[in-house]
Amino acid sequence: MPIASAGSPALQVAGLVKRFGHVRALRGVDFSLDAGDSLAVFGPNGAGKTTLLRVLAGLLRPDAGTVRFGGEELVRSNAAHRRRVGLISHHSLLYDRLTAAENLVFYARLYGLAEPRAAAARALAGVGLEERAADAAGTFSRGMVQRLAIARALLHDPEVMLLDEPFSGLDQRAAAKLRELLGRLRAERRTMVLVTHNIDEGLELATHVAIQVAGRFASLGQRDGDLAAYRARYAEATAGA
Amino acid sequence: MRELLAQAWAIAAKDLLLEFRSRTAFLSALVFTALVLAIFNFARDPTAVSAADLAPSVLWITFSFAGVFGLNRAFALEKENRAIDGLLLSPASRTALYLGKTAANLVFVGAVEAIALPLFALFFNVPLLDVLGPLVLVIALATIGFVAVGTLMSSMAVNTRFGEMLLLVLVLPFLVTPVSAGAEMTAKMFAARPFAEWAPWLRLLAAYDITFVVLCTLVFEFTLEE
Repeated sequence: MPIASAGSPALQVAGLVKRFGHVRALRGVDFSLDAGDSLAVFGPNGAGKTTLLRVLAGLLRPDAGTVRFGGEELVRSNAAHRRRVGLISHHSLLYDRLTAAENLVFYARLYGLAEPRAAAARALAGVGLEERAADAAGTFSRGMVQRLAIARALLHDPEVMLLDEPFSGLDQRAAAKLRELLGRLRAERRTMVLVTHNIDEGLELATHVAIQVAGRFASLGQRDGDLAAYRARYAEATAGA
Repeated sequence: MRELLAQAWAIAAKDLLLEFRSRTAFLSALVFTALVLAIFNFARDPTAVSAADLAPSVLWITFSFAGVFGLNRAFALEKENRAIDGLLLSPASRTALYLGKTAANLVFVGAVEAIALPLFALFFNVPLLDVLGPLVLVIALATIGFVAVGTLMSSMAVNTRFGEMLLLVLVLPFLVTPVSAGAEMTAKMFAARPFAEWAPWLRLLAAYDITFVVLCTLVFEFTLEE
């Protein structure tokens, strides 16, 4: 079910299959996004949403199918390909005993950025954490950790952002701050894939919407309905899942 | 090559900074070392076994087990917040990751050995200063081989149940060569035997290091596949 796009898509996924033993987590996922598109993938637990993101990020090798960034097939061993993706996952991927600045400087060095300290300072300012730069990440609230994780994911200015349940565990204020940050990413025309249970949060950011059930996209298309319509569609697609 | 070394250095520096902040593994290794040396010293019957006969074996057994503390923490600290995903997502090569982890482990195990050696001399009353240069060379060579293999095994064991126990089981067979060679050479040094007598062991140790450093560097990336 590809989304029609005119030029070379920023992200193109074809026939993605991933098995864990006899469990088929992905059973032929296809979609295509242009630069600036954001796809919200909704689905119940165990639908394979996280697996999809991990395959797109290159953390998992698919059993079949391809992932292309700007027409170029993802090769996991290719460092240039890994630079194109930023991932915000369930986990922060941060070290609790390092300060916010040390965490970002470390990642800036791994990404070979020219001035790691300056890049880290910019990224911290971008998420409003510059005043907590010298504090250990382990002392941060859940919302602050999530903002720091976003700073980490954006540090190398990736073309494609992958977000796995970014709102989980956040209070209303932290969620609002995160929505503002993600809105900014969308305005910067970054391609985003967001997986979530939360239809309200997902729809607000999405240009395209998919409902994933049992490793497949049960529906996929441009965002065209209102919240109630998507709720009904979601309930219908996941009935019995 | 420059980028690879810069990435390896970033990983090693981060690991050492984390260990410096917690000091958990380092202090555990030091306490363990002191306990082993004390137990062997006081359990020995001096009328049956002389200190010179027992000392080389005790030294190398102590180093080996204390080193495992360092190896265990190498990848365990990447489990926190799934930081390992951050490393794998980055453009840093698996070789840089392996070299960085190995370098940090070498510093960790080297620091434990540097403190353990005077303690060993104190407990066993061996003429350490007479053989210090050659002994440090032998310890350095054995540590490189041991840490090269141990870092690889640590990456394999970390995601398993009872990973700490498994690491010991995995790494012990590979310790036979460096520990035997180290103990043999140490015994000959303390007995003031000529270099020609222990030179073959030194060559064996050097060959072991070259073989396993190269092999482990090549194999490492496959241990990180999910």
